[in-house]
Amino acid sequence: MENTALKSDAAVKVEKPEPPILPMSGADLMPVPRLPKITRQHLSSAGIVALSLTIGVLLWHFVTATNLDFYINFENVPSPLWVFTAFVGHVQTEIFWTHIGVSMRRILISYCLAVALGISIGLVMGRSRIARAFIMPYIEVIRPIPAVAWIPLAILMWPTEESSIIYITFLGALFPIVLNTLHGVEQTPEVLVRAVQSLGASRWAVFRHVVIPAALPSIAAGLAIGMGVSWFSLLAGEIISGQYGIGYFTWDAYSLINYQDIVVGMLVIGFLGTASTAAVKAITRPMLKWQEKTR
Amino acid sequence: MLDVVKFKDPSRETSKGKGQIKVDEVSITFGSGKDAHLAVETTSIDIKAGEFVCILGPSGCGKSTLLNAIAGYVNPTTGAVLVDRTKVEKPGPDRGMVFQQYSLLPWKTVYENVAFGPKMAGHTRTEAGSTANTFLELVGLKKFGNRYPAELSGGMQQRVGIARALANYPSVLLMDEPFGALDAQTRLMMQESLLDIWNKFGTTVVFVTHDVDEAVFLADRVLIMSAAPGRIIEDVKIDLPRPRSTNLASTPEYIKARQFCLDTIKAESRRAFEDQNA
Repeated sequence: MENTALKSDAAVKVEKPEPPILPMSGADLMPVPRLPKITRQHLSSAGIVALSLTIGVLLWHFVTATNLDFYINFENVPSPLWVFTAFVGHVQTEIFWTHIGVSMRRILISYCLAVALGISIGLVMGRSRIARAFIMPYIEVIRPIPAVAWIPLAILMWPTEESSIIYITFLGALFPIVLNTLHGVEQTPEVLVRAVQSLGASRWAVFRHVVIPAALPSIAAGLAIGMGVSWFSLLAGEIISGQYGIGYFTWDAYSLINYQDIVVGMLVIGFLGTASTAAVKAITRPMLKWQEKTR
Repeated sequence: MLDVVKFKDPSRETSKGKGQIKVDEVSITFGSGKDAHLAVETTSIDIKAGEFVCILGPSGCGKSTLLNAIAGYVNPTTGAVLVDRTKVEKPGPDRGMVFQQYSLLPWKTVYENVAFGPKMAGHTRTEAGSTANTFLELVGLKKFGNRYPAELSGGMQQRVGIARALANYPSVLLMDEPFGALDAQTRLMMQESLLDIWNKFGTTVVFVTHDVDEAVFLADRVLIMSAAPGRIIEDVKIDLPRPRSTNLASTPEYIKARQFCLDTIKAESRRAFEDQNA
């Protein structure tokens, strides 16, 4: 016999069936491919982004074309067209790509170090009260120090220019990753720890199956923030460098009073920062698949 | 009618005679010095193997604390809890736990949640998987194995919680107001299916609730607890025929048992109230 009692509310969350399509005329019976709603939403938000950027560039053009001087002075600010022309010119040179490549390599090395160390420190601090009390004062004191302030000491401490730049960049990424990991670990629901303990989980299994997954959303946020911060620390670090890097390129343009190149450098940094943050988000997303279902 | 056991059930034989609980002169105090708070006053309980016992009491009376001591989450300040003559020192898979809040791992699918215990017990992936399927089928949710807990209703999640606890073939099933957060209709349904599962399994169940009807409907014995500090003030034997269904609520025997519990609770609350005002 069928056990009906157990299946009482089994149907509660099953998707609703498609409403039946009532045939009105022959034409309506034709299979019409419909765009899924999500695509339409994406299109409209992409449209808004495009509109927003267009307005921004137009405004920029307007204030530079009219040499607007209304408290803020735009007289010496290069126009979008000027910047664009400079950009196209640089794209054709090898040195420009070297700048970008060198910067990206520095970001990659610093960021990977920060991720490995930051997550480890955060996890240890989250699980051990002693470790937390021991490490926290250093984090509190060092975290507010801006990357630029580290330049002299970094030069004195590290054997090569490259290592001091990587150090400064690494520091920028480290703190958001540590703090977000710590925050995530602290948010582990106690009931879940208890539940798996009564299922026979060892300390390590509790860590592996409860603490880390519970902290993942917060860790992922820390990773994305850390990536953004590492780019603006990089710029500070590259002031040290006498040769390559997109930060160096921008700083050099300033020294040479090459206004349009300053803006080219700034925009390239902005773009690379955005792209790499998006890459981090794309990499962490599959690990948070369960969260999408929660909403 | 209840369906006849059709799944392979080694537990029936192995857990026979297992699941005997002895709460021996247990008292539980939280904090120390000035902040010390007596949660459970010296209490002794004997629960036979295979018995269904409800601990009934008002909110905050210490009934969950007592259950947590059996589970091993809380260590008694004095006395000891023995399950099958072994002292309880920490949580373990021999005592399955079902919580009031949803306690499934939200990042694991329903299937992975149920397979978790067997995996921890060292079973292979395949063995754990087939155990998970057996128990999901038992609670009627095999079709939902690939869903995440958040995609299920509250009642379904609690059924997964029961399946997960049973998948370790525990000798004792500890339930801490498991249906407290459900709506009335779902709760009735869940109570019936719990009895059905218990009937198949014969595991000892200790079920904590503040709902008199729930306690009387489910239990062989209802242990009524006083308001804080908690202690057992009455041990009521519920001699109603099994299998039970919701129609039972209209029988005179049920009404009598229920009335007795209510009167006991009322007398106790009056006493507690007068104590406070004395």
